[in-house]
Amino acid sequence: MPVELNVNGQTRMVAVEPRTSLLDCLREDLLLTGAHAGCEHGVCGACTVLVDGAPMRSCLMFAVQADGYAITTIEGLSPGPGELSLIQDAFCETHGMQCGYCTPAMILTAHALLANNPAPTREDIVDAISGNICRCTGYAQIVEAIALAAERMRSLNRPAGTP
Amino acid sequence: MSATPFRFVSTDRRVREDRRFVVGKGRFAADVALAGTRHVAVVTCPHPAARIIAIDKAEALAMPGVHYVLDGRELAAATQPLLAGLDTPKVPRRPLAVDVARYSGEWVAAVVADTRALAEDAAELVGVDYEPLPFVLDGEAAYAPGSPLVHADHGSNVLLDRTFVWGEVEQDFADSPHRLSLRVKWGRSSTVPVETFAVMASWDPWREVLDVFASVQMPRFPDQVALALKLPGSAVRVYNDVDVGGSYGVKRGIKHAVLVGYLSRRLGFPVRLIEDRLENMRAGDAHGPERNFDIEVAFDDAGVIRSMKMRALDNVGAYAGRSPFQLGKPVSAIVGPYRIRSVQYRAIAVTSNKTVQEAVRAFGQAPTNYAIERALEEVAWHRGLDRLEVRRRNLIRAEQFPYLIPSGTTYDSGDYHAVIDKVLAKADYAGLVAERDRLRGQGLLAGIGIAACLEPSGANSTFEPLLNPKNETTTYTEACRINVDVSGAVTATIHTLSAGQGHETLVGTVIGEVLEIDPDRIRVVRPDSLSSLPSQSPVGSRMAIMMGGAAFHAAQKLKDRIVAIAAHNLGIPSERATYGAGGVSDRAAPQSRLSWNELVTIAHRNFHRLPPGTEPGLAFTHVMQVPTGGQLPTADGRVQMYPCFAFEFHLILVAVDPDLGKPEIKRYFIGHDCGTVINPKIVRGMTMGGIAHGIGAALYEEFAYNEEGQLIAQSFMDYLLPSSHEVPPVEIVHHVTPSPHTVFGQKGSGESGYLGAPAAIASAINDAIRPLGIAVNSLPIRIAQLGDMIAAAREKMSPRMGSG
Amino acid sequence: MKPASFEYERPAHLDEACALLSAGDDVRIIAGGQTLVPLMAMRLARPKRLIDIARIPELSFVRDEGSAIVVGATTRQCVLEHDATVRAKVPLLAKVMPFVGHAPIRARGTVGGSLANADPAAEIALAAVTLAATLVYREGDTVAECAAADFFIGPMMTALPAAGCLTAVRFPVWPEARIGVGFHEVNARRSDFAFASAAAQIALDDAGLCRRVALGVGGITPVPLRLDAVADALVGSRAEEAIIRDAVRAALSDIEPLSDLHASADYRRRAAATLAVRAITDAYRAAEGAHAG
Repeated sequence: MPVELNVNGQTRMVAVEPRTSLLDCLREDLLLTGAHAGCEHGVCGACTVLVDGAPMRSCLMFAVQADGYAITTIEGLSPGPGELSLIQDAFCETHGMQCGYCTPAMILTAHALLANNPAPTREDIVDAISGNICRCTGYAQIVEAIALAAERMRSLNRPAGTP
Repeated sequence: MSATPFRFVSTDRRVREDRRFVVGKGRFAADVALAGTRHVAVVTCPHPAARIIAIDKAEALAMPGVHYVLDGRELAAATQPLLAGLDTPKVPRRPLAVDVARYSGEWVAAVVADTRALAEDAAELVGVDYEPLPFVLDGEAAYAPGSPLVHADHGSNVLLDRTFVWGEVEQDFADSPHRLSLRVKWGRSSTVPVETFAVMASWDPWREVLDVFASVQMPRFPDQVALALKLPGSAVRVYNDVDVGGSYGVKRGIKHAVLVGYLSRRLGFPVRLIEDRLENMRAGDAHGPERNFDIEVAFDDAGVIRSMKMRALDNVGAYAGRSPFQLGKPVSAIVGPYRIRSVQYRAIAVTSNKTVQEAVRAFGQAPTNYAIERALEEVAWHRGLDRLEVRRRNLIRAEQFPYLIPSGTTYDSGDYHAVIDKVLAKADYAGLVAERDRLRGQGLLAGIGIAACLEPSGANSTFEPLLNPKNETTTYTEACRINVDVSGAVTATIHTLSAGQGHETLVGTVIGEVLEIDPDRIRVVRPDSLSSLPSQSPVGSRMAIMMGGAAFHAAQKLKDRIVAIAAHNLGIPSERATYGAGGVSDRAAPQSRLSWNELVTIAHRNFHRLPPGTEPGLAFTHVMQVPTGGQLPTADGRVQMYPCFAFEFHLILVAVDPDLGKPEIKRYFIGHDCGTVINPKIVRGMTMGGIAHGIGAALYEEFAYNEEGQLIAQSFMDYLLPSSHEVPPVEIVHHVTPSPHTVFGQKGSGESGYLGAPAAIASAINDAIRPLGIAVNSLPIRIAQLGDMIAAAREKMSPRMGSG
Repeated sequence: MKPASFEYERPAHLDEACALLSAGDDVRIIAGGQTLVPLMAMRLARPKRLIDIARIPELSFVRDEGSAIVVGATTRQCVLEHDATVRAKVPLLAKVMPFVGHAPIRARGTVGGSLANADPAAEIALAAVTLAATLVYREGDTVAECAAADFFIGPMMTALPAAGCLTAVRFPVWPEARIGVGFHEVNARRSDFAFASAAAQIALDDAGLCRRVALGVGGITPVPLRLDAVADALVGSRAEEAIIRDAVRAALSDIEPLSDLHASADYRRRAAATLAVRAITDAYRAAEGAHAG
């Protein structure tokens, strides 16, 4: 079946079987390999993408269901080649990862959280990433990355000395 | 805190690998695309034990898009069995079952098709006739005479049953006023990385090389693939620049790699197998230890343990590769951090009709630490002593290092009491106790958990000759090659895959430290296995020590050469040539100087200016043997097993809802001494991750089987991985007792947190429920079972009519 | 874990969807897919044809009909979670929503999907049974209704006919002014399916006595249970703990809770009692605070 997807602001045409998941379509047909398969049954969250800005499990959507939404993958977050977004840089600052497998999902989830809640509490952050399993970090440096990103976003464009 | 004596080591540097991961540009095995790749799905046996009568491939082969159906007999005829660690020739292990399947989920056939989905469709059409056989699941039952045999030709289910006696055990028991014994159980769990095992193999018949892209963490992976496929070792090329999505020991994948390697050679195109989660859980052969410990300790009135007897029986599953050695590695710290004078250790490995085990983080040390700590706790309860005080009395004291333990290993350095004092101060121990009592006053059960344990690090495989005298392996290497090119840029090599441990950052930092160059300017690359030097992969908490050491020594050789060239060209004795500030100068006349770039140019282009006998260029290699390694065990099994010993001390506060039996970790403190820390962000991450992993093993994770031999916890619906909600904030206290054996004093830290968290959690819950006269002696601790225990105990204490 | 092949249809209207459902064998609805797709990935469900109703506009709504709040079947769980009308008029439903899976699941999962899935520990099902909601469905051209208590007939089994399509759920609105709710569950990890759960909605009179009580327990039996006997025992009281305990104990004494790998029957019985006490206590206190005057 032909499907027209809007991915990272671009219109992409694919031809897929109905049973092809959005995850497999992104990875195999569109070569966007930043979304990862961890369980293919909707628990681990490594496949997370943003659908109209909300984190969702791309392994639980069929590609044929995914037209008409604005889909954002990790590849859509960098400002440019070799550049990191503020959130991506915060993850590097706190070392909010080790193997990197859950990282795109965590960053997209953080992106969505901070778009809706610029001053999240620690509990808000923990809750936001509770649907994303990490086996490497024990989550501490991930939570710190998101808190750091929030703090930095809040202090953008503010005069020095502003509390 | 005093400032670090180093320029780059121990400073808070970013981990360079992070850059590619945050933009989704990691190169995981499933990301590698080769034209013409076909895909594998496996046909699995539904029975825990069965004879394979017939395999009907016709319907599957008739499906469009299906290329091949491989069965165990064909594969066995063309390949060697997979390597086993113990001397058990009658227990062969192969990627596909041959005539007999021995656990539910075992791979019986492999289908190759144009897509994974088609391969799964076709796998359903492969018809297999089975004749179910008797089976055994429980380890003790498998050990008992009369049990169904997993491998009839082997004659029993016992792969290993060896007893070691170190010191005057019986005398020490006789001389001690007290003794107690207990049994504890470590349930079957594993590391379960989020990425499953994935491998793609591509045979090039023109160059006669098998290219392998795999998500692997395994010593000797290339040569074991070659051996199995009956290829010369130099015919297998493993790509070390594949990023591994977590492993923590288990990503061996040798059966997966041999399977696709054979198929690629047979069929003439690249073949890929990405385990799905069901394949991984049931038959990825990546389960962890399932161990019963029977411990007996002999101790005095003060609770000081003089001697210990330990019987450890591990249910390794239907086959065994390296996993029985997980009973041998803990010999390296068999007395934990304590001054126990004599030990009797009996290691038993049995087969059963369960999934195969693989090497799990710390290779058996975490279960052993749990058992030792339970014994310490029981000694304290028995004598009515404070549990912390009993630890203090038993711990090796700082002035006793280096400390020789009964099994022949010398612990390099440590100051356990100092670490404990630091943690108690950080935690405000009296306040913690008061908080526990306040929680109790509110009607909760509450307990403080303690665990003190070691992380043997540096790795040595002397457990191989220890448990299999036919195996005389005493070499355990790591290597680094540094090349300075004609432009003066420094490039160093890593010869193994990494799974997030930050090895590129580690190597850059070490070399930068030696050469006094910004580590971020040091390029680190990963040649494939054919271009690589010997490596044993990141196992046994070894890379800081070994890769760090190899990089250090290679850099030192480079530095020495630079200095020698400078001395020759400045016309001074080498003792006056001083390296620093971007060049080499004459200590007696500092303006007499040659810069780094000038020296590089001489090395590469001005042969006439090199000291006589000097090789041109600037390429240096160091291949390093593990410090203190190189001996075989004595006849009674004593040997130096690992070189370095890190220490951790956990202190936690847990509340248990008495009506629901649900524990909650309220406070978590850990003191950690891994010697000199090369990169603080990396080490902190390891410890946090290890604690999370330990929380999972203690409270949530188990590969549970039902009575019909079926794995119940087959997916993430039932195998419960801790999320961010289940891991509390952790405060880490650092201490540094450098190792005398390593270049910066660093010890390993890859297993930290996991080593002691399960013991600490068990300790806390037992402290909480001790007032009810009950204790938990198995992991994981399940909420409902704890709730039932508490209810039964309360009923006994104050029976009420119609309670429930 | 790739599903078996299927055909995919996305009808624009409910009539078309119902016609397609009636047209063949092995036809299933997909809405949010958060429970269906995992089953399909494991090949435990293998429909030959999927009818995607997620974007049929007439099925997604929250409507205030005065005595009831009617929720369209394909209303996303996250919409329900944040809807002000639901919070005001059906507070118990709003209370349980954050416990349904994780946010990414609720972003796509639907109310109807959760109800049709009928997991014994599902929170929305528990709220529906506790509040005596009514489920509305279509079968072909026929519209039918079913009381929640009759809708759930076993674990993952409902009274929905094979060609049926849930269209809406009607939650009664309590007219009283002082209403409070409570919900407690026990599970291994937050957001896991519960071993046991309890949901309570209480309305008080001006004197602070229970005037209307609804209590349900979930996860302990194949379908959620509404404990009317407990509710009746509490009317006229101040929801004292002893009254709650005795009433719950009596109500649970002649049911046999589920026993499985996660929990024994005894555990579920005890946990249900504990959770019911907590849920009712919370509801009572919330109701007390709901009317300051």
